[in-house]
Amino acid sequence: MSNNDTEAQKYLDMDMLRFTTAGSVDDGKSTLIGRLLYDSKSIFDDQMEKIEESSRKKGDEYTNLALLTDGLSAEREQGITIDVAYRYFSTPNRKFIIADTPGHVQYTRNMVTGASTANLAVILVDARNGVIEQTCRHSFIASLLGIKHVVLCVNKMDLVDYSEERFKEIREEFKTFSSKLDVPDIHYIPISALYGDNVVDKSDNMPWYGGSTLLYTLENVQVDSDYNHVDSRFPVQWVNRPQSTEYPDYRGYSGQVAGGVFKPGDEVIALPSGFTSTIDTINTFEAEQEEAFSPMSVTMTLEDDIDISRGDMLAKPDNQPTVGQDIDMMVCWLNKEPLDPSGKYAIKHTTKEARCIIKDVKYKVNINTLHRVEGDKEIGLNDIGRIKIRTTKPLFYDAYKRNRKTGSIILIDEYTNETVGAGMIL
Amino acid sequence: MHLYKLNHIRQLESESIHIMREVAAQFENPVLMFSGGKDSITMARLAQKAFWPGNIPFPFLHVDTGHNFPETIEFRDQLMDELGVELIVAHVQDMIDEGKVKAPKGPNPSRNKLQIPTLLNALEEHGFDAAFGGARRDEEKARAKERFFSHRDEFGQWDPKNQRPELWNLYNGKKNHGEHFRVFPLSNWTEMDVWQYIAAEQIDIPSLYLAHERQVVQREGTYLAKSDYITLTEDEEYETKQVRFRTIGDMTCTGAFASDATTLPQVIEEVASARITERGNRTDDKKAEAAMEERKKQGYF
Ligand SMILES: Nc1nc2c(ncn2[C@@H]2O[C@H](COP(=O)(O)OP(=O)(O)OP(=O)(O)O)[C@@H](O)[C@H]2O)c(=O)[nH]1
Ligand SMILES: [Mg+2]
Repeated sequence: MSNNDTEAQKYLDMDMLRFTTAGSVDDGKSTLIGRLLYDSKSIFDDQMEKIEESSRKKGDEYTNLALLTDGLSAEREQGITIDVAYRYFSTPNRKFIIADTPGHVQYTRNMVTGASTANLAVILVDARNGVIEQTCRHSFIASLLGIKHVVLCVNKMDLVDYSEERFKEIREEFKTFSSKLDVPDIHYIPISALYGDNVVDKSDNMPWYGGSTLLYTLENVQVDSDYNHVDSRFPVQWVNRPQSTEYPDYRGYSGQVAGGVFKPGDEVIALPSGFTSTIDTINTFEAEQEEAFSPMSVTMTLEDDIDISRGDMLAKPDNQPTVGQDIDMMVCWLNKEPLDPSGKYAIKHTTKEARCIIKDVKYKVNINTLHRVEGDKEIGLNDIGRIKIRTTKPLFYDAYKRNRKTGSIILIDEYTNETVGAGMIL
Repeated sequence: MHLYKLNHIRQLESESIHIMREVAAQFENPVLMFSGGKDSITMARLAQKAFWPGNIPFPFLHVDTGHNFPETIEFRDQLMDELGVELIVAHVQDMIDEGKVKAPKGPNPSRNKLQIPTLLNALEEHGFDAAFGGARRDEEKARAKERFFSHRDEFGQWDPKNQRPELWNLYNGKKNHGEHFRVFPLSNWTEMDVWQYIAAEQIDIPSLYLAHERQVVQREGTYLAKSDYITLTEDEEYETKQVRFRTIGDMTCTGAFASDATTLPQVIEEVASARITERGNRTDDKKAEAAMEERKKQGYF
């Protein structure tokens, strides 16, 4: 029994790594994820039987491991990934949440979806083609989204005779390009997703490679906490006022901590009102907590009754977010209807909803060179640019680089209700 | 140094609670789809946590095929009492009686498909604009593609090729009149996570999940429980076996398997060494390669 208890505790205490795949269409992302799952024995027999049968029916020479993530009929029919697939597996110390994203330019918005919550990106390059535009686009997006760790896999090494020279060439190409990105930690691995070289097991075909396999890298990469534990930010999501005889006077503010640490007794300031009070209790269903930090979901009570509602924010008087209505940001455009340079959009930022008007399109980014194209103000599908907006209400924000939760914003078309832009506040 | 670290199960829990509160705040009339299975039970606990000390601010909806295990219904009613939530039951039988759908025939007369119109009818009748489902992405390949906030058109349909982008933890629940959302707070949980959570939180579960003696018939590689809803063919007969269930659905399509796991830790051990997926015993998923995707497009859970 005690053995069982420690086993269970070990499971609950596992570390978690969220990673995304990236790279151009057909570079082998889905095959790689299939291979990773297969070689780490994370595939169930009935799943394997099903994909063996589908591959056989299609007349493939070998079992297509990409079918483990390409789950939609349209994807199977076309042999490409259309939308993100989420897969899960764990090794004794880490649980992995994988977002396998599409490489096709047309579906970049789905890649952005998968990458927005990742801590690490596995970027694939076809050894025959080297670094191409789509590799650059995805790498740039990953860097913009604040992903600090990249594993660049040079795939299909089997098709270039496992050539060390070719691997080195591509490594240099990517080094040159990525020096302009904000990604401090990059690993390079030569692999064959199809045959499994250097994925889970070390390759006999590339004795010249002395580095780690992909799985080893994923298991051991030190992902500093993605969370900001310095600047205390608590966007109020829900006001908890039970209408019950047991808690007649309870008034709690529920939400997920977006940064910093809160403790009972701490002085807090409520925005936008500017009133200050002291944290009385921090509650969760199981107990009163001594502290709350990101990403905990808690409910706080304050010593004073002040007016606070959804969309407001609690912070510390000596460390407040920027409060403002004129906001500069990078935007990644996700809709076939281009950004209207003087248009109005609905926005969501933390728990706040508001509207905005586009005040200025400063420049568009050339994906290949990362140069600013100052004259070009047409931001269309999959483009990235810098814009300035004015919001109908003040937002309480930080730079995206400092805090992913208080620095991110989405733009919504008010007629179609579609999410059209992903904004990262500068 | 003090480490501000939340273990993986608490991270998942916090994500789910955040989503539940977001739905309560963004929608006018949400509902939680409750099947009586372990995922629904886990959702119920998360809902309780999200709004504590307040009550859960939405009702639960059970789509009742009439082919339930009696244990499920008993468990369901007891849990509703404890939580103090309103339970709405949508009966497939009513739809049949009103002539809105036709009852299937045959030795496994599965009412699985009839749940779709029954569910859509209930959502429309009560004007629900968001419905929580306990589906997890690790369950099935079409589910692996779904967003947390999944938009449904006025026919309740899912368009998997044209899903809205979903960035960070900013969930866009905007919609036109007559449309609704399905919301999946357990998206990132695996079967193992759910079991470990149930054990850690000491959540009650229906006895069906633990090994027990039961009369069953072997059919299509799985054991189906004896019930009034299935008919034996000539060369079939009931036998008594020690079995348990990995998922709970209709008696006509949820298969049991031989097991000695009578306690939760034993169940967890069994899940850890399982070689087939939990839906591998569901005859409803076996019918076609894209069976789940097709049903989901039409509005299945
Ligand atoms: N020879 C060889 N072929 C590979 C390798 N990896 C993938 N392939 C093949 O490349 C093709 C594309 O693979 P996928 O895994 O579907 O590519 P993808 O990057 O997921 O493509 P999208 O998701 O559509 O962007 C398939 O035919 C694979 O069998 C490899 O290491 N060697
Ligand atoms: Mg793919």
